[in-house]
Amino acid sequence: MSPILDISDLSVVYRTPGGDVRAVEQVNLTLSAGEVVGLCGESGSGKSTLAYGATRLLRPPALVTSGSVLYSGRRITSGGDPVDLLAMDHRELRATRWREIAIVFQSAMNALNPVLRVQDQLLDAVRAHLRMPRNEARDKAATLLDLVGIPRNRLRAYPHELSGGMRQRVMIAMALAADPEVVIMDEPTTALDVVVQRDILAQIVELKETLGFAIMFITHDLSLLLELADKIAVMYAGRLLETGAAQDFMRAPAHPYTRGLLNSFPSLHGSRRELTGIPGSPPDLRDPPPGCPFVPRCGYAVPACTAVDMTLEPVAGANGLVAAGAVPGGPAGHLTACPIVTPEVSQEGVLS
Amino acid sequence: MSTVANIWRNLPLKAKVGAVLFGIFLLTAIIGPELAPYDPSFQNPAPNLLMAHPSAQHWLGTTQVGQDVFSQLLDGIRQTIVLALLVGIIATALSVIVGVTSAFLGGLWDEFLSLLSNVFLVIPALPLLILLLGYLSGRGQWPTIIVLSVLGWPWGARVIRAQTLTIRNRDFVAAARESGEKSWRIIAFDIIPNEVSLIAASFVNTVLYAIATSVALAFVGLADLNSWSLGTILYWAESQQALQLGAWWWFVPPGLAVALIGTSLVLLNSGIDELGNPRLRASRGMERVAGHRVWATDPTPVLSQLSSSRTRVAAFLHSFSRGSLLDETPAGGELR
Repeated sequence: MSPILDISDLSVVYRTPGGDVRAVEQVNLTLSAGEVVGLCGESGSGKSTLAYGATRLLRPPALVTSGSVLYSGRRITSGGDPVDLLAMDHRELRATRWREIAIVFQSAMNALNPVLRVQDQLLDAVRAHLRMPRNEARDKAATLLDLVGIPRNRLRAYPHELSGGMRQRVMIAMALAADPEVVIMDEPTTALDVVVQRDILAQIVELKETLGFAIMFITHDLSLLLELADKIAVMYAGRLLETGAAQDFMRAPAHPYTRGLLNSFPSLHGSRRELTGIPGSPPDLRDPPPGCPFVPRCGYAVPACTAVDMTLEPVAGANGLVAAGAVPGGPAGHLTACPIVTPEVSQEGVLS
Repeated sequence: MSTVANIWRNLPLKAKVGAVLFGIFLLTAIIGPELAPYDPSFQNPAPNLLMAHPSAQHWLGTTQVGQDVFSQLLDGIRQTIVLALLVGIIATALSVIVGVTSAFLGGLWDEFLSLLSNVFLVIPALPLLILLLGYLSGRGQWPTIIVLSVLGWPWGARVIRAQTLTIRNRDFVAAARESGEKSWRIIAFDIIPNEVSLIAASFVNTVLYAIATSVALAFVGLADLNSWSLGTILYWAESQQALQLGAWWWFVPPGLAVALIGTSLVLLNSGIDELGNPRLRASRGMERVAGHRVWATDPTPVLSQLSSSRTRVAAFLHSFSRGSLLDETPAGGELR
């Protein structure tokens, strides 16, 4: 599978009078067709900035300082060379957005206009990107609601007449209006209770299976990604710390930060264990520390950590168990930015 | 010190110009009269100094009766600014007290205080001023100050009452009340700090109103005409027919001073507004990133796509602007 979206070496800063805030720093991430890539990290780790920066949706003072975002969807390239989203002008981006790459925004209540009916907002999305006659567009809007499991008679409802879960479904329907190749979902289930969350996730997976788009799923909930995602990327302080298949994360998380995240929620089966959080808070991104940004909070930190160059390398020194879990030769090879902590080190029980 | 410098650097340009301009007049008001070359009321009997053009001895010429206009101007600026600031302080204090108490206490108090400010709002100000000052004139500036203060507070009070009403119902006020804070403490530490920009704007507006009204009243003779304010200078210039005789040095400087003080206050006011409400600044829709204009609706700029196409002259001019600080910020942010 060749990647449909290839983000390489992407850096995004926010220019402020107090200095550049380096929100995303040299990130490499690929998304293959039909794949679910989960992007996980705590608040302020740069996960949304990464997604919106790659799609050129950030407002000033944001500035993309390096990198490329190569997109190779079928309609745009028709088998030719991939195009760089960062080299596109207004018009090309407009043609790309929604038809190729659609977004489900974070807060459905803020993303929906409270004074317009759901139908009108869906029609806006459909007509802006598809150029179809009005009555056809209305049919299309109804079909979209069918797709996400909302009764057609809700077309004439206002956003405040819908429940939180329904609003989120409307947002998803809207994202699917132009049959995109890639859907970026920015914490689509964060404001919802777990039952509705599960419903919507199931719906998303089902839609993905039938329509065949790729998903970049942004969340701070790693446990959710373990079920949903094919591939997971963990982000911290603007950098990727670890990428790999979901199984890799479950069986052998490589980076100390990932282990911290996995230790901060209970698992449903297996023996009981003490839950440990991660003490401390993320570093100031205006003046990031040298080497690994996680050093001040890391239980394994050694002096060499401040000289780590943060490139993602295959997980080294794997014993038999880890090798069996890795997807052999797959695109989602298990990579980590931490060369210090290998599985052997962690088995010696250095973890505090 | 560096924090002060930082605050200054981040002020909107309007506020900077207004602050500098008003600062000059404030300084004149403080030290001007001490520097005045003559007693402003001294009537020089020398015949060649009656209505004399500006000269080295008299920088702004003399009046019909041989008084030095420059000395009068320095005195007048002090009088006018002192009057305006006093009116501003008294009227703003009144409007804060009335506005906050009526909104915070609610009920009958609110009804009564709102009624009071509405009554003061509908009183036709100018006829009342003329009537009152007609009786009270000749007793220095205090009658003007009191009358202007008493008539100047209801506008501010209504605005502050409305703002207090919205703040009073926010959760942090409920939390403060729940934690057992006294009413005065909630007002002083939870509510008023949230209204500072509103109060400051109301103060500046009141000062502006006081200057305009007091000058107008003095111009028609309803003030203490034995003291020198910008209005009384204009009154005497008008009554001695400076305009008909072409003695521009007599009426242009005080008129210009009034206009400039007014301008500085308006600039300060909109500057405060932008400072307290950053969305006003964002609503201009355009920001400079890496020396290039980027509109909020533009795609995120990419550094390698931004060509540095600025000419040398433009680069020189640009080096004066606030945006240039952003250009030179090194990655990692050495600038603090």
